[in-house]
Amino acid sequence: MFAYIVRRLVYAIPILIGVNLLTFILFFVVNSPDDMAVSQLGQKYVTPEAVQAWKRKNGYDLPLFLNSQEQGAGALTETIFFTKSVKLFAFDFGRSESGRDITTDVSTRMWPSLAVALPTFVVGIWVNICVALMVVMFHATRLDRWAVFVFVALMSISYLFYIIGGQYLVAKTWKLVPISGFNGEIQPWKFLLLPVLVGVIAGIGAGARWYRTLFLEESNQDYVRTARAKGASEIRILFRHILPNALIPILTGVVVVIPSLFMGGLLIESFFGIPGLGSYMLDAINSQDFAIVRAMVFIGSILYIVGLILTDISYTWADPRLRLD
Amino acid sequence: MRAEKANNHTTAAHRCMRVLSTLALLSLAACGEPPWNNPNPPAQDDRLTYQSMMSPAPPKHLDPALSYATDESLFIMQIYEPPMSYHFLKRPYELIPGALESAPQVTYLDARGQPVEEDDAAVAFTRYTLRLRDDLRYQPHPAFARDEQGGPLYLFENAAQGAEFRQIPDFPVTGDRAVTANDYAYAIKRLADPVNASPMLGFMSQYIVGMKEFSERVAALPRGDWLDLDEYAMEGLEVVDDLTLTITIKGRYPQFVYWLAMPFFSPVAPEVDRFYHNPGFADRNLTLDWWPVGSGPFMMVKNDPNSEIVLERNPNYHEDFFPVEGAPGDLEAGNLDDAGKPVPFIDRAVFRLEKSGLSLWTKFMQGYYDRSGEVHSNTTGVFDQAFVVRPDGVEMSPELAEHNITMSPDVKPGLYYYGFNMRDPVVGGYTEEKRKLRQALQIAFLTEEYLNVFYKGNGIAAHNLIPPGIPGNLEGEAGINPYVYDWVDGEPRRKSIEYARQLLAEAGYPNGRDARTGEPLKIFIDVQSQAISNTSMNWIDRVFSDIGVQVEFRPADFNRTREKLLTGNTQIYSHGWLADYPDPENFLFLLHGPESPLECACDGANNSNYANEEYDALFREMRVLPPGPERDELVARMVELYRRDAVWLYAFYPKEIYLNNSWVHNNKRHGISKATLKYTRVDADERERMQTLWNQPVTWPLYAAVVLLLSLLLPGIVAYRRRQNATARHTGG
Amino acid sequence: MKPLLLWSDLLIFLLVVVLTVFFLRLARDPQTREHWREVFSTRLGMVTMTLILVYVGIALLDSLHFRRALEPVAGSPEGEVFYSNKVTSVLDVMLGGMGERFERTYSAPFALDSFEKQDMKDDNGLTYRDFPPLEHAGRHLDHPGERWDDVLAKSAAALLWGALFSVLAIALQWAFLRRSPFPWHASWITQAAVICSAVWLVSMSRHYHVLGTDLGGADVAYQSIKGIRTGVLLGTLATLIMLPIAVSLGVMAGYFKGWVDDVVQYLYTTLSSIPGILLIAASVLLFQVYIDLHPDFFSIGLEKADARFLALCFILGVTSWSSLCRLIRAETLKISQLGYVQAAHAFGVSHHRILVRHILPNVTHIILITFVLDFSALVLAEAVLSYIGVGIDPNMASWGNMINGARSELSREPVVWWTLSGAFFFMFVLVLAANLFSDLVRDAFDPRSGAGRSAT
Repeated sequence: MFAYIVRRLVYAIPILIGVNLLTFILFFVVNSPDDMAVSQLGQKYVTPEAVQAWKRKNGYDLPLFLNSQEQGAGALTETIFFTKSVKLFAFDFGRSESGRDITTDVSTRMWPSLAVALPTFVVGIWVNICVALMVVMFHATRLDRWAVFVFVALMSISYLFYIIGGQYLVAKTWKLVPISGFNGEIQPWKFLLLPVLVGVIAGIGAGARWYRTLFLEESNQDYVRTARAKGASEIRILFRHILPNALIPILTGVVVVIPSLFMGGLLIESFFGIPGLGSYMLDAINSQDFAIVRAMVFIGSILYIVGLILTDISYTWADPRLRLD
Repeated sequence: MRAEKANNHTTAAHRCMRVLSTLALLSLAACGEPPWNNPNPPAQDDRLTYQSMMSPAPPKHLDPALSYATDESLFIMQIYEPPMSYHFLKRPYELIPGALESAPQVTYLDARGQPVEEDDAAVAFTRYTLRLRDDLRYQPHPAFARDEQGGPLYLFENAAQGAEFRQIPDFPVTGDRAVTANDYAYAIKRLADPVNASPMLGFMSQYIVGMKEFSERVAALPRGDWLDLDEYAMEGLEVVDDLTLTITIKGRYPQFVYWLAMPFFSPVAPEVDRFYHNPGFADRNLTLDWWPVGSGPFMMVKNDPNSEIVLERNPNYHEDFFPVEGAPGDLEAGNLDDAGKPVPFIDRAVFRLEKSGLSLWTKFMQGYYDRSGEVHSNTTGVFDQAFVVRPDGVEMSPELAEHNITMSPDVKPGLYYYGFNMRDPVVGGYTEEKRKLRQALQIAFLTEEYLNVFYKGNGIAAHNLIPPGIPGNLEGEAGINPYVYDWVDGEPRRKSIEYARQLLAEAGYPNGRDARTGEPLKIFIDVQSQAISNTSMNWIDRVFSDIGVQVEFRPADFNRTREKLLTGNTQIYSHGWLADYPDPENFLFLLHGPESPLECACDGANNSNYANEEYDALFREMRVLPPGPERDELVARMVELYRRDAVWLYAFYPKEIYLNNSWVHNNKRHGISKATLKYTRVDADERERMQTLWNQPVTWPLYAAVVLLLSLLLPGIVAYRRRQNATARHTGG
Repeated sequence: MKPLLLWSDLLIFLLVVVLTVFFLRLARDPQTREHWREVFSTRLGMVTMTLILVYVGIALLDSLHFRRALEPVAGSPEGEVFYSNKVTSVLDVMLGGMGERFERTYSAPFALDSFEKQDMKDDNGLTYRDFPPLEHAGRHLDHPGERWDDVLAKSAAALLWGALFSVLAIALQWAFLRRSPFPWHASWITQAAVICSAVWLVSMSRHYHVLGTDLGGADVAYQSIKGIRTGVLLGTLATLIMLPIAVSLGVMAGYFKGWVDDVVQYLYTTLSSIPGILLIAASVLLFQVYIDLHPDFFSIGLEKADARFLALCFILGVTSWSSLCRLIRAETLKISQLGYVQAAHAFGVSHHRILVRHILPNVTHIILITFVLDFSALVLAEAVLSYIGVGIDPNMASWGNMINGARSELSREPVVWWTLSGAFFFMFVLVLAANLFSDLVRDAFDPRSGAGRSAT
């Protein structure tokens, strides 16, 4: 098991290198260092000297990939690619283009993201499973067909409408919770209620439908038929037989997203003014802050890879017949 | 048996209901007293807090050498005291001594440094003598903390030593000291230090004697953690004594004194600079760019650009009083109610990050923000139905009126405009035909209608490139642009579309078609893609199609648009200008030939590439003249050239209306200075009362939700029971 | 008049041709026919397919572009004709100038007056302030009080016409299809509903703004309809673009295994581990720069917007190909283990032949399912991307741009609800129909979901 994890981690390195190279190329074609300097320095009186000074200060006055003026290893290390991209592997994210330390920002903004994403995730799964179980109880009836239709209809509504609608009704019209904001120390739940509610409701359609399919697949298995034939009550069948067995696909399906919860949600954070990583990313895109985007891409990739490894591990845990080799 | 079971079931359902309703009640109780939607934390102490926002983004730079944006001066100007400042109430804007005891004393020198008379032709230098107030004292700050030997307490050898200090409030010991003239000199040296990349370096080097040389010299020096700029002299700077500083500039530049009111000339204590260059500090955002240190009325106690910035009263702030005189009308408007009282009135100001307009507005209307905005009124796009500007005033919606909200109009000394590129082969050029073409386009662009639809009337169509409130902008008939407007019935009226068509025909484009080839006239407008909406593009397209002209938009991002301007690769471009100081020179230079980016190979402001020798000569003459009729005459002639040559497609003066909740006082907006927070007064009791009154939650949806859930559950339970029974019967049969 | 073929027009018609050929070929396979029969034997399948075809039809009509010729002027050289820079589509003509009736600013659905007060002068030259009457709504009325009677009367007339057209259309189909085993009546009812509402909308919008007008005074119903082309094209073209890459790489990886498999796996893991939104943002910005640097490539604004739109389709395709690639690889792995493929190997059949004859036909159901499943996801993604600012060019009508522009309207008092509602309704119907249809397709084609099917 340990050897397997190590091997997977080693395998992740070329992937991260690929990710890094790709984003580096993409962003340097979009934005030359001069562009960055100008947009960071502001609008009035930008002189070429100021641009040069900014580039020097932020380390963008080096060549992209190969420094022909340096000897030996310096030819490779004294380049923008090395100083800006390779250093990420040491978790040295450097400074954003506006001069702030990215590691500090990421480590503080991670928690608000998690504070929204984790309850949404947990409550969401719980609600979806409950709803799906209820629907499965009535499968092959008119209720079931209508429920599926409602799920599909809920899925067909853009996430934007859920957020806009939730803010408009709950916060603006009914004044039940603050419309946006976040406070980590005092009454954080007050600010989390609405985003979590919106996140959960927006997820019911797709989630409950998926779980319903899983449960139905299980309920057609022989052991369920046997249990039913033995006269077990429908509730007992659901909770004793179907649910535990369906847990395996549920678990393996959701584990992969758990690490990514740290990244937060782009839309929900920006609408609800939550100072998490999602809104961090959105701001970085809008202000074309290459350093932040580069760091976030790197973190996102790592979390995704960790998620894949966790999924593999959870397979063995959920199904002892599988062995990782 | 069966009946009993059913009975059990109903009691179970009953119990379930009871539990649920108790839960619902409990959860309501847990929320505590209304209002539940208060986004501000409950008051921790009895200090009077002003609730505000930074919107839509936190400030990027708070280093006075770097900052050049209004949302940044909002903070810098509360913390630092530049030498000069502006009178809070008087209009036209009046420059008054800030940190200085009196206005700077001006001496003119000839090339050998000998004093000469002001009007002497031999004037080669101007020397400003600045005399500081003697009661200026820095805020308490760890940079001033001393150890037993009297050396700085927080001076670390390596990054590990200070690692436990993550923010300025983490430092247990603070100190303070009086502000000295050397601090102002040090700040100017910081402007010159290329490492700081100050936007002022290039511009100020043209004026301050020795700044360029200083900059080059410092750039060549080897650097450790910190370079003590005090060890190097700048020719034009002399610290006479602790409270006296002289600055010498080349030639004459009467506008220099305005620059002394800008954040760039705020004092920076060398020990503060030294402190922030401690190893490892920059990695924790412990920099002057994030933790300003000044002697102003407020000091920064929290800087979390992700959520909020908190300012608190500086205990060392010198004696300061609310002004006792104001502009005409201020007394009647209640702007002088606090005359002569000591300021600041508030103890703390919290600026929360608020990105979305909808939530900002909702919170303002719920009473959780004291004003609708600080540097943007946030009223234009969000709540344009709240009021509509009319020629005779402003009309508010009943909801706003009911909240007793007050309004503070703010006409910024600035301009937004679409300019023609005068070098463009189609619309540029100085022949009579090209002028007529441009004038026709000007007439066709219905600026007033555009402002009404897209800015809710929050803007004034410009007849002049100098905004109101600044000498050179005339009122009434004398102030209209006679090439575009007629004076009818006591108001300007835009010339008719027929006249525009006629001009267009005379320019060689009858009905918008080239008279020679029949090709339709197509004009290209370069805009920043974020700055224009689809609807306004459609609108502009429609007005020009009225005279048969086709429009193509070329939206691009900021950098691309700017590049086009620098290379002159544009036909019509959009631009804006906010004044640095209230002098016509700061606007007229927008058309000064050498300012053209193509001429100076720099980021010049004359993006129209307007080149008119007459104008340039007038500008040179006007620039060094003191205010007076002679200067006004020159300004008027330049404005006439601007109008005749029709250099810009349209222009307007931005006007914003800030809304204030009824408990906030002294809301008069200052178009240039942001150092007005100290005058703000808040009635906290009134605020609390209103917040409770306006935010009674609507609870029926909660009950409705519970009922809905139950009603979904109940048929389920019933159906389930039926089904169980059915199955039982089936298997039984 | 000069026809104008945008790249996206070309691609969408190409797609229609490809799909037709694809389905015709598929129909030869009896098993596939059985699956399709299963889809269309349900009423739901009929209804959703009809709705989707209506949307696609509108999108196709809106993809026939042309530029109107300008009036010749005296003095211009003979025979030279100049064209307007406005691009018109056949759909615009069919809507009867719905998009050309602009008001000053907001107006509510069926309103006669503007939504905002304005200074006006009365007969005596005195200024007063009131809601100005709209220019293109209810001008035929003598008295504002008659409005609702008039709306009712006109609606009745429009519905009568609609019913007439419907009867004609259905009668024609009935003549051919009455013996068909499929539940055509469900489709006919849907068709009738669509025809009636279309006729009603077009005829009503001659006299009123059925869904009001937006900030710039443009008709909201028109914009919502124009959004259909963008939504449908994005949903189909993005998949179309990614298909060749995903299928060829997936099949190769699963079939050849070894280093090919490693490389393909590396590629898709790398791509899918980048947060999609960042990749899309970077690529869209990149393309924007390219367009800005080469302005001469595009003579009119719409071509530029179209290029950006295609780039977006491409990028969405690239970012979403990895999941399809993974599925196809797994399926190929499974198939290539089967006896008959192994046997073919043993007989020395060439790789090419095995791939084309045995592997590809057996993964088509995955392609099909992905195609229909991704469609609705892509339509929804467009709105989100436009909100973030890396979506459709603002010059192009799209639901995402409408929502983005209308976001702050809810904070107005009284509320401006119609722009959001318009975008919501048209988007919801399309996505719902696509989702329901894709469910049916999946149930019919996916052997794994057999359990779910038999249970329902």
